[in-house]
Amino acid sequence: MNALGVTGGVLQAVIVTGGAPVLTGVMRQVRARLEGRAGQGIRQPWRDLRKLLRKEAITPEGTSELFRLAPLVLLATTFTAAVTVPFVTTASAAGPVADLFAVVALLAMGTATLALAALDTGTAFGGMGASREMTILALVEPTLLVSVFALSVRAGSTNLAAIVAATVHDPVRVISPASLLAAVALGVVTIAETGRIPVDNPATHLELTMVHEAMILEYAGPDLALIELASSMRLVVFLGMLSSLFLPWGIATALTPLALAGGVAAFAAKVTLLGAALAAGEVFMAKIRLFRVPELLAGSFLLALLAVASSYFLTGPNL
Amino acid sequence: MNHTAFVELLNLACGALLVTAVLILWRRQLAAIIRWFTVQGLALTAIAAIIAVDGHDARLGAIAAGVFALRVIALPLLLRRALARAEADGGGRALRETSPLVNVTASLLAAAVLTLLAYAVSRPVVQLTPASPAAHAIPIGLAVALIGFFALVTRRRAMSQLASFLLMDNGITAVGLLTTAGTSLIMELGISLDVLFAAAVLQVLTSRVRDTFGHADLDELRELRD
Repeated sequence: MNALGVTGGVLQAVIVTGGAPVLTGVMRQVRARLEGRAGQGIRQPWRDLRKLLRKEAITPEGTSELFRLAPLVLLATTFTAAVTVPFVTTASAAGPVADLFAVVALLAMGTATLALAALDTGTAFGGMGASREMTILALVEPTLLVSVFALSVRAGSTNLAAIVAATVHDPVRVISPASLLAAVALGVVTIAETGRIPVDNPATHLELTMVHEAMILEYAGPDLALIELASSMRLVVFLGMLSSLFLPWGIATALTPLALAGGVAAFAAKVTLLGAALAAGEVFMAKIRLFRVPELLAGSFLLALLAVASSYFLTGPNL
Repeated sequence: MNHTAFVELLNLACGALLVTAVLILWRRQLAAIIRWFTVQGLALTAIAAIIAVDGHDARLGAIAAGVFALRVIALPLLLRRALARAEADGGGRALRETSPLVNVTASLLAAAVLTLLAYAVSRPVVQLTPASPAAHAIPIGLAVALIGFFALVTRRRAMSQLASFLLMDNGITAVGLLTTAGTSLIMELGISLDVLFAAAVLQVLTSRVRDTFGHADLDELRELRD
């Protein structure tokens, strides 16, 4: 832990929490414009959150403490990941937590808790959504681990901060086959984990297709606000991980105001661009059938495995 | 071209070769399979050209031109024409691989296993010249050949079997380019035989599919007839 990491952590906490709903707003706006609608403006998600937070907290009859704790756990794990993964600076606020396995476990813990809470309600939709989410999670986690592992082979460490620092010092690494394959695999994982088209449609409440929305169907008021905030923060964390690992330009390596401002601006710009590209891509795509989701995820797992394999097959010039 | 750039470019081209093989296995639409096959031909051309430029080998340069003409222009053109004919005869049915023997998820996982197998069995070959970066890419050529063979035995449509055969052939050519970069005579012979073989197979298969089965499924091939 050093001063650079702590400053980065504080900045990230503010930016990710404050910016996540704005990113959701930007993505909705991009979609709306491409579909020929006026859109609701990029501040609408914040207005929705404020409205929800003012409402009375109610929980369904017969639910246990788990149902009330799940939004807090989801938000807390996502927030911890948002603070520790190196987005703005190459150092991490809490070095050991920025380990690949710790971050993946943190993110999985949030999802698993939410799925338990959905089961806790005892409704048909909750159980259905939880079962689907667990299916996707079980396929996504190995891909996530393996694809980042492909990058850690060359950096010689599974610490995300070390991987990002190594990539910043050697930018040619980004265009190696291992890195490109891992980028594609991680992109598919991002789409699946954050419930975007073609795996899940965040805008629908159709019982046959919904995954994430089915799990949070019973939530209302402040609890729903926490879950909505955590979901948009997860999207920022995943897009930020993509940008830090594969497009590490502009990340602050020194503790100067100019470098930090550059790091913040680069992070915001990269995540916004990735989010806008994701939203634009969604307009041209249809949701695939639930039974074909494993096909997509098996494909991304294969790409991740090939990324690891090729980092062993194809020795770099320095090895 | 300095050594670092050579290694990076060669690795990139080999990565592209492997990814296009996976995509050919993944996709069901024959039009998409042919498109990725064309891209794979480009990657193969790039491998030959990179080795030629690095070794200042004019013969290999000519081979690269031959690979380009055959695998980027001629074979995709033939495949596309055969597809157009099949489409005219069989309506929309010929356009996609509807029911492969192994489903797509399982075949993708099988491709992962085949890649690791290729790596394991080609280690002695790589050990022969451990200093050469081209030799380190041999497992990728072998993996492409194995994936092509797997696709060949699990596909049912004549057109996609043909594409799988050519995928396997691409893998074999890649292994040839990566192993025998010095002795170009063997490769020249191999490639010219390749042209002959592939063209003949294409001719025979497409005309037979069109004439005998036309609108029918390849499943009818299960019964023996006079």
